[in-house]
Amino acid sequence: MSTKNWPLWEVFVRSKNGLEHRHFGSLHAADAEMALENARDVYTRRNEGVSIWVVESKNITASNPEHNGELFEPAQDKVYRHPTFYELPDEVKYM
Amino acid sequence: MSEEQIKDLEKQFEERIARDEKIEPKDWMPEKYRQTHIRQMSQHAHSEIVGMLPEGNWISRAPTLRRKVALLAKVQDEAGHGLYLYSACETLGISRDELYEQLHSGKAKYSSIFNYPTVSWADMGAVGWLVDGAAIINQVPLCSTSYGPYARAMVRVCKEESFHQRQGFEIMLKLANGTPEQKDMAQDALNRWWWPSLMMLGPTDAESVHTEQSMKWKLKRKSNDDLRQQFIDQTVPQAELIGLTIPDPDLKWNEERGSYDFGEINWDEFWQVVKGHGPMNKERMKARVGAWEGGEWVRDAAMAHADKKVERKTKQAI
Repeated sequence: MSTKNWPLWEVFVRSKNGLEHRHFGSLHAADAEMALENARDVYTRRNEGVSIWVVESKNITASNPEHNGELFEPAQDKVYRHPTFYELPDEVKYM
Repeated sequence: MSEEQIKDLEKQFEERIARDEKIEPKDWMPEKYRQTHIRQMSQHAHSEIVGMLPEGNWISRAPTLRRKVALLAKVQDEAGHGLYLYSACETLGISRDELYEQLHSGKAKYSSIFNYPTVSWADMGAVGWLVDGAAIINQVPLCSTSYGPYARAMVRVCKEESFHQRQGFEIMLKLANGTPEQKDMAQDALNRWWWPSLMMLGPTDAESVHTEQSMKWKLKRKSNDDLRQQFIDQTVPQAELIGLTIPDPDLKWNEERGSYDFGEINWDEFWQVVKGHGPMNKERMKARVGAWEGGEWVRDAAMAHADKKVERKTKQAI
């Protein structure tokens, strides 16, 4: 039995310059350097990326979907944050 | 939580799936949903990993460099697919070590097709053409399954898998157009792989225990018998095209159904192989467990090296 298991890492890949890094999946590796190398082999075998980020999964803090109500509801009734809320005469152009 | 509250949550959960909403790892889910997904996704991952063994057998003896790089890339993809699926499975709260332990102890199953031997180069053709062909038919519907991480992994798998089938068919095509000996080799491989490939799509609908629940959760979009019929209908013309004969005397086009009728499948053989009595079950597990145990010192050394690096950094900082 191994003394200690390789920790889990989350992999983010930028598919081309101009686009953001996107979550691609996860993998196990002994350290960050190995995580990068493994991510290259596991997630970019067909030129899917030009840049990779890895972050140890335990360092990610995630919101709890059970609290989605109090977290996201406040944005729901604020229609005045959208341009369609404002009534303008049809004659107004370029706005 | 009271029983009533759970019932209510379950009802909302089923409604979400019916609306085609995806379920994500931290969402509430019925325990049965979690367990069923762990079972199916891990079986799928194990099949990818064990599936490397019959083909790995031929990498060093591929007839040309072109065939060799293609086979190597295919086997590497299978390792990748196993890894996508294991990590998707881990989002359900089971560890990688537990998953490996289930495979190595025989508690978890993998696709029974990998318990057949690959005795000639033509088997690389038949495996790619038939086994990957059947796998694709099984997998494409899973790209829209209800569990988000599984669906996303399957999209990647399906995208990569189509080259696997094409490289297999190309091997068969080449052999079928070669010397009489080469054509015989291709026919022999087809003879041996045809029936196991049909079995690979699972027991008949009447025998399949999980179908109804799996349909509801979109873990399954078509029944085993429908998938099998689809596989036969699309594969028979491909065999004809390269002049090979499907080893089924009862195979006949049915004008009325617009499908092929086919002969009886030997389900006894299928269950024997599932229960561990196939020609290669023991050999496959021995190779897999051997690789895992043989690699232990490498895993430990990598971890020790990583710890040492952290330690050195901390010391320097002081």
